[in-house]
Amino acid sequence: MSEKIAHIEEHRDDEASKFGMWLFIFTELLLFGGLFLVYSIFRAQYPVSFHEGSLELSVTIGAINTVVLLFSSMTVAMALTAMQKNNQKLAMILIGITLFCAAVFMFNKYIEWGAKFHHGLYPGSELMHLLDRGHHLYFSLYFFMTGLHALHIIIGMTLLFVCLFKVKNASINNKDYVLLENGALYWHLVDLIWIFLFPLMYLIT
Amino acid sequence: MSNETDKIEYESFFDHKGKYKGILSWIMATDHKRIGLLYMYSIVTFFFVGAILGLLMRMELIAPGQTVMNAQTYNGIFTVHGIIMIFMVVIPGLSAIFGNFFLPIMIGAKDVAFPKLNRFSWWIFITGSIMAVASQFLKDGPPDTGWTFYAPYSTTTATNVIMATSAAFVLGFSSILTGLNFIVTIHQMRAPGMKFFNMPLFPWSLYATAWIQLLATPIIGITLMMLIAERLFGIGFFDPALGGDPLLYQHLFWIYSHPAVYVMVLPAMGAITEIIPTFCQRQIYGYKAIAISSLAIALVGFLVWGHHMYTSGMSEQARWFFSLLTFIVAVPSAIKVFNWISTMYKGSIDVKPPFLYALSFIFLFIIGGTTGLLLGSVATNVQVHDTSFVVAHFHYIIFGGMGFAFFAAIHYWLPKMYGRMYNLKRAYIAWGIVFVGFNLLYFPQFIIGIQGMPRRYFDYLPQFHVGQVFSTVGGFILFVGLVLMVYNLVMGVRKGEKAPANPWHGTTLEWTIPSPPPVENFDEAPEIMKNPYDYK
Amino acid sequence: MANNTTHTIEYTTLAKILLVLLFMTFLTIGITSYHLGSLTVTVALLIAGFKAFMVLTNFMHLKYESVLLRILVALVFVLFAVIVIITFIDYAFR
Repeated sequence: MSEKIAHIEEHRDDEASKFGMWLFIFTELLLFGGLFLVYSIFRAQYPVSFHEGSLELSVTIGAINTVVLLFSSMTVAMALTAMQKNNQKLAMILIGITLFCAAVFMFNKYIEWGAKFHHGLYPGSELMHLLDRGHHLYFSLYFFMTGLHALHIIIGMTLLFVCLFKVKNASINNKDYVLLENGALYWHLVDLIWIFLFPLMYLIT
Repeated sequence: MSNETDKIEYESFFDHKGKYKGILSWIMATDHKRIGLLYMYSIVTFFFVGAILGLLMRMELIAPGQTVMNAQTYNGIFTVHGIIMIFMVVIPGLSAIFGNFFLPIMIGAKDVAFPKLNRFSWWIFITGSIMAVASQFLKDGPPDTGWTFYAPYSTTTATNVIMATSAAFVLGFSSILTGLNFIVTIHQMRAPGMKFFNMPLFPWSLYATAWIQLLATPIIGITLMMLIAERLFGIGFFDPALGGDPLLYQHLFWIYSHPAVYVMVLPAMGAITEIIPTFCQRQIYGYKAIAISSLAIALVGFLVWGHHMYTSGMSEQARWFFSLLTFIVAVPSAIKVFNWISTMYKGSIDVKPPFLYALSFIFLFIIGGTTGLLLGSVATNVQVHDTSFVVAHFHYIIFGGMGFAFFAAIHYWLPKMYGRMYNLKRAYIAWGIVFVGFNLLYFPQFIIGIQGMPRRYFDYLPQFHVGQVFSTVGGFILFVGLVLMVYNLVMGVRKGEKAPANPWHGTTLEWTIPSPPPVENFDEAPEIMKNPYDYK
Repeated sequence: MANNTTHTIEYTTLAKILLVLLFMTFLTIGITSYHLGSLTVTVALLIAGFKAFMVLTNFMHLKYESVLLRILVALVFVLFAVIVIITFIDYAFR
């Protein structure tokens, strides 16, 4: 076998690219995993306090956010289908809807956190430190976990914006859409984390 | 095969002219070989800084009482010594240097899967390193917590803990991305005909290592974030007054930091596994066992972290569990040692410097490993926890093990990387000084440790004085040996004789291409042998 | 070099998956309003696990990916679960 190997610049491997994104997703799962570990330890130690803490959260807003995120997961998956079917316009609309949903989520988060801040409840506040142990841990976890999750929403939105532009200028197209696949995978990850965060933060009996 | 490639006119990767010129052609390089060398230059520099810090500690410990520095300074020095050595030297270590340089070549590929990501990994590595240095000089003074940053001291001490932990976080990212890159490279870019079990064992070790880097590092990432949040906002996870538990920090910390030691040692073992067959001109004994044992070490290594915490207040059941798993994880390592030694049986042995360092590795690793059993057993651990015994144990494993494997690897692969040979006689002399100095430095620490000498103490009782003096003398001898070793290698690179493509008669793919390698490694698709160690 | 051999999932299929997910969400909210003691967490986590499984296999195309990738994803979750369980060996018996 003495064929010349293709020059480095022409190397394209979509399978490798997608595999790489999955590996990155593994790291994110374990990153949040550390927080879920802390959560599980403290919830086991302070079950009543955690329940009482969760009563301070709005299940309605939490549920809306869950629905919004699940819906956005569907729309970004649909965007990929659209791209595979060479429907550039539909793909852009669907990515746009996904981004809109993300914005709705962030707005709700702003409302929720705003309400807490308004009552003097924020990381490092005097009120926080006056709470008894279980409640303090609950709210520390609440802010940390939803905050880190919100940061990942922002990262996901950025990736999807990039995808939107690339679909527009056809650098993502029906022959080359691995970037959109990867952006969608990241978005699904953000949804996955929330699927666990919602019952664990909001629905504690 | 090797003689033909010596005479061909070709362009080595050093001479290749890309988009950038001068120093930019290095900083902007995406060629895995250049990136490997960039890591090497940075890591060797950081190693010597760390070594000098170590010598400063030895100077303080040469006599009881204050000798050359006060207690606060001493605490800062052992902290930064640990941060540099762990996060900037031994964790990137052989992976970043020899993995980057040789992984693609050994599997018949042109480069890693994501060359630009590889370059980004090195940039982040430098960024994190600068941050670590910055933590020494900013307003609040160098951290004095030890590289382990245990709460509650780390959450309250008024030093630059946030900068130092942020540095570790950034460095962790570099490690994760390298691991990611190597996993995809090994899965996707092996040359046609090279199945997993046709790969040489150094790539196998890099594969197992990459998984640990990928999966364990995020845990330290989130833990450091929690630590920073504690300092900034008092979130209370590790503060009993606020409902938290300091032990939880220790769990989280060691859930990463124990697997991290396998990140350090697995590539080292992989390099040794390449060197021994070459200098015995014999097939490696138990290829499959070594490959699988690398994966086994990676997996079981995730389950033993509590053996750092026997005296911390964990439950009795936890202590049983971790001790049992710790003894289990020793088994795959022992399998490797057995296989290395079996490879030598009836081999045609040639004790060149790489092999001499490899033999030293086995000897020193056995000492480190068996003393690890003493530490892994709960009852004996109580006596030696937090003493010099632990310090000696991990230096025998990391320095005697991984460090000597590093020296073996550089003596083995330098002729390939630079196309030049170093002076063999000087290499042997340097080895002798290094070996004597190393053992004189660390062996006494086992003894005074069992006798009760605590670690991280800048002062001590008079009964430990003699041992400390031997140790300090050993440290200086070791340093001289290291300087001579590096001098010899540098002289070899600059003025040494041209090295042929295969000076050691190895059988793996890197020896089939010219020294130094051409930019795209292979001009023709390489011929893949079913058995990578086919010595006739 | 494998390029773009990803299976195409139809819009209607994706919509059906969403309906299942929404149903599961409201089921969770409903169930957790009952006081089943420690069973509540288990049920909530099981449902969340099932939702995650749906997202992974369908939206994230795992159903159509290689066996290797599916095993790796499973292993990551197993690793996390094992780490949590081992940590509880300390906390449960202190």
